[in-house]
Formats: sequence, structure tokens, C-alpha cells
Amino acid sequence: MIVLAIDTSTDAVSVAINNSKQLLASAHVTSDRRHAELLAPMISNVCAQADVSMREVDVVAVDIGPGLFTGMRVGIASAKTISQVLGVPIVGVSSLDILARSVTTTERVVLSTIDARRGELYWAMYRNDIGLSIEVKPPRVGTLDECVVDIVDRGQETLIVGNGALRYRQKLSEMFETTGLSIEWASEQLAQPSAAVLALIAAELALLEQWQSATELQALYLRAPDAEINWEQRVKS
Amino acid sequence: MNGSNVKRELKIDSATVVLGIETSCDETAAALVMGGNDVLSSVVASQLEVHARFGGVVPEIASRAHLEAITPVIDEAVSKSGLSFDRVDAVAATVGPGLVGALLVGVAAAKSLALTLDVPFVGVNHLEAHLYAAMLDDPNVEFPMLVLLVSGGHTMLVEVRKPGVYQIVGQTRDDAAGEAFDKVARYLDLGYPGGPAIDALAKTGDAKAIDFPRAMMHDGLDVSFSGLKTAVINYVRKNSDAKTNDIVASFQKAVVDVLVAKTMQAAENLGAKTVALGGGVAANSLLRSEATRACERRDFRLVLPSLAMCTDNAAMIASAGWHRLQLSGESSLDAGAYPNLGLTVASV
Ligand SMILES: [Zn+2]
Repeated sequence: MIVLAIDTSTDAVSVAINNSKQLLASAHVTSDRRHAELLAPMISNVCAQADVSMREVDVVAVDIGPGLFTGMRVGIASAKTISQVLGVPIVGVSSLDILARSVTTTERVVLSTIDARRGELYWAMYRNDIGLSIEVKPPRVGTLDECVVDIVDRGQETLIVGNGALRYRQKLSEMFETTGLSIEWASEQLAQPSAAVLALIAAELALLEQWQSATELQALYLRAPDAEINWEQRVKS
Repeated sequence: MNGSNVKRELKIDSATVVLGIETSCDETAAALVMGGNDVLSSVVASQLEVHARFGGVVPEIASRAHLEAITPVIDEAVSKSGLSFDRVDAVAATVGPGLVGALLVGVAAAKSLALTLDVPFVGVNHLEAHLYAAMLDDPNVEFPMLVLLVSGGHTMLVEVRKPGVYQIVGQTRDDAAGEAFDKVARYLDLGYPGGPAIDALAKTGDAKAIDFPRAMMHDGLDVSFSGLKTAVINYVRKNSDAKTNDIVASFQKAVVDVLVAKTMQAAENLGAKTVALGGGVAANSLLRSEATRACERRDFRLVLPSLAMCTDNAAMIASAGWHRLQLSGESSLDAGAYPNLGLTVASV
């Protein structure tokens, strides 16, 4: 089973292909908001490297967010269309799940974070078991304070991964010092979700037929458009 | 932008099927067109409802709606054409001008389609596509042709000497005509979009009731509508008892008078054989009837595209893509979106 995985939810563009046993080829480029320009040529190159033609792809996998709205839409629109044309299923995985899966050897609780801008984070919490990461706290968006409260509530040793927390590393470290909780930081190399990890997760989910059609697949934004937030506030007041 | 991964010699002829995708503003559209003018299918999903309560298009909401609609819209276009994906010879998408986040959904989908089918991708200028919309309903237009392109985003007069060879000879100095309709409608609480609301209400009013200014009437081919909008607002403030249908009828007449006079002037300058209307405001009933009368008087053949071809659609994108492929070949897969793309940039 050939899995083509696409990740554009952070400022990186990441593409990978595996055959459900091993990674065949991958590429990861920090894109500076050039997701749309980079993605199609990268898919083409990774296919060539893996010696796989597009027609051989059996499952398309995509990071559905949360993350950069415009960036993630480029990846999702591409993945949906490839799945549609080939008539193959699509597996959507959240950016936070992908980050958590990249640190499955730790015994600690994993706090997966993506930068939500405006001083906020997207986060979710996981624990590891037999090589899998299991979500113990569902994804949400909030302030650094709210995130720290979540971890303190859990009260366990924590490993933090992802570009969200990394951006505020100094500030968060100071906040945790007063709590007495043991915090460990994952390598900066794991700051962005990687398509290679996504392809691995997708291959497992595809074996269980946990997939969707291109039309069904939806983005995970976690934050409403500003215009809607403002409109609802106006209606309330 | 042509070059890096151009890999095939594609013969572009009357049997070439282009799948077009349009997502530049608030319509998600896909269409299959054969030979540049044979529309096999044209599907448009409008987002009017999701933007209506905001009184205008909200870019982030538009982008989200495009992502939800893109797959079903492409599916429907393919199934209505009676063909399968394998029969598609090239994929065209609007690359600009428009809302960047909205454009990128269509560009990403189109490039992935082209990549998966291993056929050429061609980036299309949305404004250029509007010029081809006139020819889609009437493939035998004679050149030179003068096109009045009027929408919520654009108001321009374009000389088309032949497909792909065109020049803007006049445009708005401030608001687009459709923008003026929307702003006046919003001020008078007539809802969004303003064009159809004003068109309908004006039918019951007296267009001679109020003498609104016709700006720059005898001053070149450019137009201006912001003064007219201000004049309407000032008039309403001073005359609280004025009837709304008279106000909008008089306002609409002022807009149409200016547009028709400038169009006739430009067509005469060009020695045009054909005059065509395009863009959403070309659906306005008064503009259509006045342009018809003016062209009859001067012996210009007028091409009035169907309402579906005036407003944003993907058939015109597929058609423009077919012409672009013939004129300058395919675009590279590293194309992006160009929100401020002008009409002078004929090739992307
Ligand atoms: Zn348009």
C-alpha cells in the first residue's frame, strides 16, 4: 500500500511516501509562506525519488491542522484533489497528533503545541503506550496561562514538543518554575510536524480503514474567522 | 514562469478539453470546455449567503467555503460534462487578481489535478477570462472588439484587437461600479449584494426624479463613482421624505449613462466591429437595454453574454486557459497566486 503524505500546516512544506512498511522518500522545506509554489513540484520530486507514479498511490494523507490557515488549506485542497482524481481514500491527521507521534519513546505526558499567533497556542496532551501516542486531552486554543493550568491540572512530568511552545520557551519555563513540575523540551528538530511521521500514522489508520472521502474531509481550525467572532460579540452586546 | 518542468508538446485544437477552476472571490466554480468555446459543463457554488450578514465578502470565510466546496464542485463539473477525468487534456485556474487565500485553494487543487493526471497546468488572469466570456456565448465575434468590464471589483474599458491582444483604454479612478451599487444599497438598507436589489427596486421608481451628477462625462475614457455615491448620501440626508425607489432609479440611471457614453466613445475611437459587456454589473437590466439601444444607433454589434457568463464562472477560465495554452504554452507547477495581477500582464 503506497501512502502519499502532505503537511503544510506550519511554515514548512513536507511531503513523504511510504509503502506501509518503510519510508520510500521524503522532503521537508521551510517555506516562508510559499506553500502553494513549493508543494506541487515537491510532490513530483518525492514521487520520482521513490520511483512511484501518482497513479500508484493507494492512500492520500494530509495534516488537517490546526496551524496556518492559508498554509493548511493549500495542503488539504491538494490532498483532496489527488484523492478525488485517483478515487482513493484520504486520511486526515491533526498536526498535534503528528507532533506527539514523533516522541513516542518518552515515559512522560506529551504536550503537543502549535503556534496560534497573537500570543496563543493550539495544544493537546498525549501519553505513550506500546509505541502509540494516545490523546488524553483534546485539542484546543488558548493563552499560555490556560495551557500551563492544563498541565498543572494533570500534575505529571511533561515533555513539550512543537513550534508553539518553542516560540515562548523562556516565558513558559519561568511559569513552570513556580509550579515545581518537571518539564522537558523535545528537540527543536521536531518543532514542525513531518510528513514522514504522518505517512506512518496514516498507513496504520488505513489498515483499519479509518479514512474518509475527499468530500468528507474537513480542516481542523479550532479558531473561528475574526469577522464571525466580532459579529457574535456585537450581537451579544 | 514557463519553462522548468515543461515536458510535452500538446496540440491545442478543437478537441482539446480544458478543466477550469475559479476561486478568486466568493464563487467556487469548475467547468469543462472543449476547443476553447464548447461549454460541456459549468458549475458555480455561490457563497452569497455566508457573506450576506457581513455586508461584503470576508476573505477568511471565503477561503474556508472554497475548501469545502472545491471537491463537490469539481465532481459535479466532471459528471455533468459526461466525460471522465481521463479525457481532460489540461487544467486551468485563476491565479489572480483576487483574494490570495481564496485563489490559493483553486490553484492548489488545479496543480494537483494536473500533476495527478499528468497534463499541463495553465494559470489564468481572471480579467482576461472575462474578455473571453463574451466569445463563449458568441464564438463568431468580429474584431476589433470593445469590452466594458464592470463588476464589484473592476470597471474598465478594454480594446481587444484579437484573442490575447488587448489594452485597457479607460478605467475607474476610485470605486468600481458594482462597489458603488453595494455602498448605496448598504446606505439605504437594501441588503447585500446591492446590484440586484437596486435593479429590482429601480423598476418601480422614476429615473428622472433626481439629477445626480455624471462625473467626468466629457473628460477622456476614465470614470469615477465615488462622487456619485456621496451625492446620493447627501441627497438622502437632506431629503428624508424622498422615495427610495426614485433615489435608486436616478442613481442607477446616472451610473448607466456614464458607462454607456464612455463605452460608445471608446468603441468609436477603436473603430470597433463588436461591443461586449462582461462582469457582474453587466447583468444590470438598465445597462443591458441602454447598451443595446446605443449600439443599434451606431451599428455596433453588441454581444450581451448570458447572466451566467457575466458573473464569475469557470467556463471563462477554461476558455481563457485554452487560448493561453495556444498563445504562450503551459505554466510551471511552481506558480502561486498573484492577488494584484493586472490586465496588462497578458501572460502568467
Ligand atoms: Zn470577475
